[in-house]
Amino acid sequence: MNIHEYQGKEILRKYGVAVPNGKVAFTVEEAVEAAKELGSAVSVVKAQIHAGGRGKAGGVKVAKSLDEVRTYAKEILGKVLVTHQTGPEGKEVKRLLIEEGCDIKKEYYVGLVLDRATSRVVMMASEEGGTEIEEVAEKTPEKIFKEVIDPAIGLQPFQARRLAFNINIPKELVNKAVKFMLGLYTAFVENDCSIAEINPLVVTGDGNVMALDAKLNFDSNALYRHPEIMEYRDLEEEDPKEIEASKYDLSYISLDGNIGCMVNGAGLAMATMDIIKHYGGDPANFLDVGGGATAEKVTEAFKIILSDPNVKGIFVNIFGGIMKCDVIAEGVVEATKQVGLNLPLVVRLEGTNVELGKKILEESGLNITSAQSMADGAQKIVSLVK
Amino acid sequence: MSVFINKDTKVIVQGITGSTALFHTKQMLEYGTKIVGGTSPGKGGSEVEGVPVFNTVEEAVKATGANASVIYVPAPFAADAIIEAVDSELDLVICITEHIPVMDMVKVKRYMEGKKTRLVGPNCPGVITPEECKIGIMPGYIHKKGHVGVVSRSGTLTYEAVHQLTQRGIGQSTAVGIGGDPVNGTNFIDVLKAFNEDEDTYAVIMIGEIGGTAEEEAAEWIKANMKKPVVGFIGGQTAPPGKRMGHAGAIISGGKGTAAEKIKTMEACGIKVAETPSVMGETLVSVLKEKGLLERCITHKANV
Repeated sequence: MNIHEYQGKEILRKYGVAVPNGKVAFTVEEAVEAAKELGSAVSVVKAQIHAGGRGKAGGVKVAKSLDEVRTYAKEILGKVLVTHQTGPEGKEVKRLLIEEGCDIKKEYYVGLVLDRATSRVVMMASEEGGTEIEEVAEKTPEKIFKEVIDPAIGLQPFQARRLAFNINIPKELVNKAVKFMLGLYTAFVENDCSIAEINPLVVTGDGNVMALDAKLNFDSNALYRHPEIMEYRDLEEEDPKEIEASKYDLSYISLDGNIGCMVNGAGLAMATMDIIKHYGGDPANFLDVGGGATAEKVTEAFKIILSDPNVKGIFVNIFGGIMKCDVIAEGVVEATKQVGLNLPLVVRLEGTNVELGKKILEESGLNITSAQSMADGAQKIVSLVK
Repeated sequence: MSVFINKDTKVIVQGITGSTALFHTKQMLEYGTKIVGGTSPGKGGSEVEGVPVFNTVEEAVKATGANASVIYVPAPFAADAIIEAVDSELDLVICITEHIPVMDMVKVKRYMEGKKTRLVGPNCPGVITPEECKIGIMPGYIHKKGHVGVVSRSGTLTYEAVHQLTQRGIGQSTAVGIGGDPVNGTNFIDVLKAFNEDEDTYAVIMIGEIGGTAEEEAAEWIKANMKKPVVGFIGGQTAPPGKRMGHAGAIISGGKGTAAEKIKTMEACGIKVAETPSVMGETLVSVLKEKGLLERCITHKANV
């Protein structure tokens, strides 16, 4: 789960990680009021969307007066920002962070991620702040320093110190940088983050080490034990079909093609998208109904697929293991009864109770094309939507 | 022969009184798996499906001589269940549970360092040695005893591969689901090593997916060490970057972990990669023919 920058900074503050003073604003008036309260000579108006690259897209402005705050707030609120992370359709700005400006001496990068190869959390740091870490990794990998963290004892001060010296933090500020990194690590593990990225981390003219930006992502599997993080969820930043799917515990991801897919199992669901593409079609979604789906769940899944106006045909691909084919068939029939079906539907059933499943579909009188294999089904649906 | 499990494996079911666990306990017993006990804290002394229930894994192991366990307990308690099994020094723990917080697994892996137990999973379908022992949730009837090893990050794609093999008259030595999580107990290389040493396995199908670099590492290992032919498949060739595709570990992040990258490395290491999931069996057959192994791998009448 993603949260906004201002929310991430709220969390970090609790862990003693230095961040500039700031306030969230939903309207132009609130923005001006926030700047007034902050009372700094310079304030920064920052668009709050769940995507990086806001600065380049015109979503971050430095204001030298309250009038400028008003001008920029008006300009940015409601604007659709298109960045390399939003996709071409962009994202509308509905919230602003008004922050006090600071005198930046130098920008750095600090991040925490899970390293799959070692099954441990790794802290990465670099002197090349402000640019994307992937770019640094590609061009100057020698400028990225890493510390692998033992989960039994956590990030040790010597590791943080080593990172700080390696990235050339001015030596009089190394202790502040160490405190920053230790706080960041504690925030990461205590909140079950999946990513914590501070880019840039800045050293200021008045001798501070602080997070100018903060990107925190959370492990969705651990949200059950963090109700306070759940409160940060911004539904407006998510695809409405994905929100609907999550209510029924369905794993759904919206794509831009026109063939709706309903599959059991994440691996098979991905492979189904691949095979549709292989035969010249374009999947409209990824959808895993899971191993233990009920007819009701299948019905909901079907409704979600049909709510996508781009969908011109549906491919149901099921390998029934625990999931029985007759349950899927009943769900498909029930869903089409409820919402109607005017689109081509190809169903491939294999596995447990396959004959019973096929019989239910046949007797339903629905216009269903059945397929003998995945390849057969993919070819059929691709030709039907053309 | 087989890897990890066989007809002598004695299994306890952790969380046996839960509804999913009960269902699968019945299925495993029907398949012939030696389920010797189960655990359910507070329900020790009772019996389900003719299987004795204990309060702790330690008690269950002492009373039954079990050497393996399978875990169906809900995600918030699964890490504890794994650690309890490791503490009882079982040889093998198979964790079916999905949605375990990743930080829990980081701790579990740290705890397991230097311990004798092998963990398979979590978030996996389990392990099956056809006609001997089934531990997990896979449909038993699609499998046939034979000589092709299957290792996969995905459950349903494993079934797909096994089904394609069985239809072509090719039985399997063991099928191992290593699971779709970013932190797991057993990786591709662990399973490949076991298949390499197993006299009864003549060839292997390895099924990967986007995210991480486990397939690339396995490919390099195969090139350097594997004495048997391996064919592969990678799911998620059309997956968009930055999105988690169902499995917690299936995500392209920072441009890394794409299917194209994995396929390139696998092919460079001499692994034939099936172009679509529909031709995993076909691809294996073509390689078996090339190596003169097809006859030896045919174990029953084909059904295509």
